[in-house]
Amino acid sequence: MTDAIGAAAHLTAAPPRRGSTLALRLRAGSEYLVIPVLAVLAASGLFGLFLLAVGKSPLTFLDLIWVGGFGSAFSWGNTLARAAPLVLTALTVAIPAQLGLTIIGGEGALVLGGFAAAAVAVPFVGSGAPALAVMPLMVLASLVAGGLWIGLAGLLRYRRGVNETIASLLLSYVAIAVTLFFVEGPLRDPASTAKASTRPIGALYAVGKMPGLNVHWGFAVGVAVAIALGVLMSRTTFGFAARITGGNMRAAQAQGLPVGRLMMSCCLIAGACAGLAGYFEVAAVQGRANASLAAGYGFTGILVSFLARHNPFAIPPVAVLFGGLAAAGGLVQRRMGMPDATVLVLQGFIFVVLLASETLYGRFSLFRISGRQGRA
Amino acid sequence: MPASFDRRRFLQTSGAAALAVGVLPRAAIAADPLTIGIVYVGARDDFGWNQAHAVGVKALRELPNVKVVEEENVPETDAVSKTMESMINLDGAKLILPTSFGYWSPFVLDEAKANPDVQFRHAAPLWKEGDPKNSGSYFAFLDQAHYVDGVAAGLASKSGKLGFVAAKPIGIVLRNINSFLAGARTTNPNATVQVIFTGDWSLPVREAEATNALVDAGCDLITCHVDGPKVVIQTAESRGVKSCGHNADQSPLAPKGFVTGAEYKWGTIYTGFAGLIAKGQPLPNITFGGYDRDMVQNSPYGAGATEPARKAADAAIAKLRTGAPIFTTAIKDNNGKIVLANAPKDNYAEPLNNMDYLVEGVIGSTH
Repeated sequence: MTDAIGAAAHLTAAPPRRGSTLALRLRAGSEYLVIPVLAVLAASGLFGLFLLAVGKSPLTFLDLIWVGGFGSAFSWGNTLARAAPLVLTALTVAIPAQLGLTIIGGEGALVLGGFAAAAVAVPFVGSGAPALAVMPLMVLASLVAGGLWIGLAGLLRYRRGVNETIASLLLSYVAIAVTLFFVEGPLRDPASTAKASTRPIGALYAVGKMPGLNVHWGFAVGVAVAIALGVLMSRTTFGFAARITGGNMRAAQAQGLPVGRLMMSCCLIAGACAGLAGYFEVAAVQGRANASLAAGYGFTGILVSFLARHNPFAIPPVAVLFGGLAAAGGLVQRRMGMPDATVLVLQGFIFVVLLASETLYGRFSLFRISGRQGRA
Repeated sequence: MPASFDRRRFLQTSGAAALAVGVLPRAAIAADPLTIGIVYVGARDDFGWNQAHAVGVKALRELPNVKVVEEENVPETDAVSKTMESMINLDGAKLILPTSFGYWSPFVLDEAKANPDVQFRHAAPLWKEGDPKNSGSYFAFLDQAHYVDGVAAGLASKSGKLGFVAAKPIGIVLRNINSFLAGARTTNPNATVQVIFTGDWSLPVREAEATNALVDAGCDLITCHVDGPKVVIQTAESRGVKSCGHNADQSPLAPKGFVTGAEYKWGTIYTGFAGLIAKGQPLPNITFGGYDRDMVQNSPYGAGATEPARKAADAAIAKLRTGAPIFTTAIKDNNGKIVLANAPKDNYAEPLNNMDYLVEGVIGSTH
């Protein structure tokens, strides 16, 4: 979590000696683009060797990734639809990460948020209540449910010193179990025999697709939220205080920063993001709450956030990359006769190489603003 | 492996592949074969529901002028919509077979509405009048094969105490349990079936616990109705009791105790669909059957099947092929209440579809 300090140091660094400030800052900033891109390329290279070892052509694979994920308007629709939930669940990881908290329980907050949205909507179905009244209520319910859930992990950390990583993960299973209890019990649609679900929320309260695209509104909302949170974290005193806390919590406390409030705020925001993802899963995809809400988006979001180095602005493009890989994964299965796990192997390579590449930051003098050479 | 690393060969093949991919139009192929897309919710080699479909698809692959595209591990979310769309848009699929229950609503229904020139047939009895005409359901009455399992089990079991690990107390599962008992009673009138419900389609830990509990209770033959029977069969084998399978062929899992198993024969339905399309005829909206229509089968007998058990099972299969009824006497539930005074002569009769009870001789409760 030296990022925050690093970023702060850049802002307060001594004025550069030569060249325009903008060009130098661009050069310094490009480190955050060049290294991940190199890492992805290196991972692709390793994966190419893996493919050769099992007797498949890496070029065919690349071509199928292109065709299946990005090669046509249809493929883009496929990619963006798969990226939509990942943007929000990645934010669930990225926002607490600014404070140095590792929250990995987004899956549970998503399921609970989706369930809350459905539970609020179902009583209104057929009542004639206007969508303009019910839909905001559904959104609110999902935000609150998801927010409180991750907020609970934050509270446990702040008040009792409970490890937030473990707490959020275990709470995630509790959230799924609570949801299934209601879905299979009190709120079950009697018509759903083999697969327990709540009653449908109906077309009136459903969220449609974005005009001209075969993608629901969750993607646009996710990108908007990512940008808003990116601004919050990089351009406000709140974000600055959060990043200082992430850099050194004791120092932040000594400075009189409201560490507890920052922690709780970030966890509530994070949980609300996951809850919102759950809302869209119910309102735009499933039309009801059931066990399919736990589809793993919360866990893939962890990967996306780490790959984006917990930078909210970087999350949408990384989510699109993952969405594209998932979209193309099906085509790879169908055309190359390879198992579903193939794309997971590639994701694994990317993740490991990317984590390893973290050590490269600050090692290249090319990206230095100041004239100083050698290690900082 | 060394050949794969040969630089020259690699450059040749990958270059050729790149060329081929670049030159060929991506969906259209010369002879214009029928492309069929199959979607699985799990792995194709799960020894269960998905494997049964994959075996059926193998039969489809052998047909001339049919191209099959398969995708596994597709969850019951937006992902299945996108997979179906991808099969239609990128592979040119004209028939889609989504094989998991939860794909139907809203995903298959929405895709069928959006793609009126593509046929969708889904593996569960859910299509009803008013649903898109280009969609439909197919299913097979596995209870007929469970009945044959029971016939063999009645003779293969020494104690006559049979165990059944079941997912949920819903009609389709209860019917398999009841038919299994009906079969066992034809060869051992004192046979009983003890049931444990695990609560969901795939709960491997509970399935193992349930199997152990049934063996501890004295059952010396175990069968099941869960998505992937692998755990049940393996646990039974390790406990030294016999077993009957479900969904697909599990005989390799239990070389000592396997008797036989109730298997789907989806290949009959799949090749039937392909044949109708080749002849330009419309596909039916509802397709179903059992032994009489060659849509179910029993696994090859294992070492656990005694000679008399094999003979009795063969005879039962021959009778079912002619449409002989499974339930021949009044149907009484295990609380002593007479549910049907006259058992239907037709194995597809409506009252049998709505079983919400366990018949007399089954130990267990639907609640």
